[in-house]
Amino acid sequence: MKVFAFHLMPYGALDMSFAEEYSSVWLKLPNSYFDPKIGHELYNRYLDELELAAELGFDGVCVNEHHQNAYGLMPSPVVMASALAAKTGDAKIAILGNAFGLREHPQTLAEEHAMIDCITGGRLITGMVRGVGCEYFSMGANPAFSLERHTEAHDLVVRAWTEEGPFAFEGKHYHFEYVNTWPRPYQQPHPPIWCPSQGSTETIQWAAHPDRKYTYLQTYSAFASVLRYLNMYRDVAQNMYGYEASSEQIAWCTPAYVAETDQQAIDEARPHIEMMFNTLLPKISQSMFVPPGYMSAASMKQIFAHKATLRGGQTIEDMIERGVIAVGSPDTVRDILTERHRQAGFDHLLLMPQFGTLPADLTEKNIRLLATEVVPGLKSLGESDYMGFEPAAAAAAAAE
Amino acid sequence: MADCTESKIDIRGCKVHMRRGGSGEPALFLHGASGVAGWIPAFQSLAETYDLMVPDHPTYGRSDEPEWLDNMDDLAMFYLDLLDEMDLDGVHLIGNSLGGWLAMEIAVRSCTRIKSLTLIGSAGIRIKGKPITDIFMMDPDDLVREIFVDQTFADNILNMELTEEQTDIQIRNRVATARLGWQPRLFNPNLRKWLHRIKVPTHVIWGDSDKIVDPVYAAEFGKVIAGSQVTMIEQAGHLPHIEKPEALVDAVTGFIKTKAA
Repeated sequence: MKVFAFHLMPYGALDMSFAEEYSSVWLKLPNSYFDPKIGHELYNRYLDELELAAELGFDGVCVNEHHQNAYGLMPSPVVMASALAAKTGDAKIAILGNAFGLREHPQTLAEEHAMIDCITGGRLITGMVRGVGCEYFSMGANPAFSLERHTEAHDLVVRAWTEEGPFAFEGKHYHFEYVNTWPRPYQQPHPPIWCPSQGSTETIQWAAHPDRKYTYLQTYSAFASVLRYLNMYRDVAQNMYGYEASSEQIAWCTPAYVAETDQQAIDEARPHIEMMFNTLLPKISQSMFVPPGYMSAASMKQIFAHKATLRGGQTIEDMIERGVIAVGSPDTVRDILTERHRQAGFDHLLLMPQFGTLPADLTEKNIRLLATEVVPGLKSLGESDYMGFEPAAAAAAAAE
Repeated sequence: MADCTESKIDIRGCKVHMRRGGSGEPALFLHGASGVAGWIPAFQSLAETYDLMVPDHPTYGRSDEPEWLDNMDDLAMFYLDLLDEMDLDGVHLIGNSLGGWLAMEIAVRSCTRIKSLTLIGSAGIRIKGKPITDIFMMDPDDLVREIFVDQTFADNILNMELTEEQTDIQIRNRVATARLGWQPRLFNPNLRKWLHRIKVPTHVIWGDSDKIVDPVYAAEFGKVIAGSQVTMIEQAGHLPHIEKPEALVDAVTGFIKTKAA
């Protein structure tokens, strides 16, 4: 198994009085709440944390894209990947992901990813996301065309990377007379493409297609839900496309916090993980979270069901019980994650060692303890430790 | 109560769900973002004077979702096709909200088959600094309340138990509206250049308490569309044809009788 360190880079220093006037930290919370001096410190601290993770043996570091909010300060993960290039040794740098279809010029991202791939000597993983609903308000792209734009932008980018230019790209949403990308990516035919998702049938069907077989990354939520979507990917591969998905195509991301004892870990993490889930995440209105056309009607109804807890008011105990986060002593967390692997068989595991207001000292302690006490055991897990898809699917179905 | 017939009209392979009632000169009502609730009292009343047609636009309600319909240009051109295929002449075009925007897009392209234009709480242009209320941002229940002055209309809608089909139609209509009006938000930046091409008598009707498209737009349309008349409906919100049907119908028929006979 490969274990990565994932960062959301939240604006943890948020003045909490914002809640008197604003229901959410997304989109409409004025940017006057961002203090650039604090931003300077946070960005550099967070970069240090990912560099430390790489230094201590994580297989890779991950960044992602969110706009105009306090939840995640990386509107450009390209900037972050560039900042990480020099001090991450051999570790992979995973942009998970860029929302190519939000752009009017997706080929600029193709260019930037190719540059990073060349500079790092082929360490880039390119994640392609549709962008969460809120981004459609920030960027103006039409959610009714979200899937079309995403798949077309993907096609443009893959051709830009692999096809000798100049050529004309004649799409419905994107039309460019000259596509001739310099540089070309270092990895051939191109960096691995991953598909992070909160859970979407359409994304799974697209990612699992035999032409693509992109690694599907299910982001954190209740583990039963995670398992359902990871199994859906394997099921789609088998029953829709007639091939057996490899566990390398399966990935999971989870916040993880360890300390000397279970109780100490819970006590240390509590205010910070609760801040993330109860302040930074929630009260994104359904309208902002799932704008019209972003998902099929059927998927929309499903998302509303399992994201109902985004309303806030969760305790760390709730989150631990539902398997949204892994918190405890190193043994406890290693056991939890080993058991999750037994059920879902993911070959890529992304641990998020920082969340919400978790301060620098606790984050560093967490990263060091994870790296020395948890990650080595996880890295040794392989296919033989996975219960296998048929039994897993049957067990999950029986549990519902 | 339905004194109308409901049928599917095939326009070049696209089936449109059409409600039709009454007799007289033809009138075509173009609905807004929330679709057509049914044969409301205002339609029944208009049908006493006109041969009233109330379709679901393609991609809305019970009409087909053709894959060629990507934007308002496509929808406007489609309606020109519809007028041709149904061989309608001297049509009184009435559009509410997004339907008003559509009505103007049709009229600037061709007034050949049109006799008058009535805009009710219409979208379609932008006054800088005065956006239309962002219906995509609003909580759907809050939006229902914002639309009406008289909250009993909102209560009735919010207390309704929707069938599976009705829920699906609601979702569909929201997607259709996003397709047409997400960006730019419910207006066409180029439309204003061509409003002078509207050659038929034009009536601009507005609820004086419209919280979705501010009444300043009524004055703006009155200014920009030559010879148009502006009528405010008192104590009405964004859907005066639902909230104040008598006043609305009187205004519509009164204007047509005197200005578009």
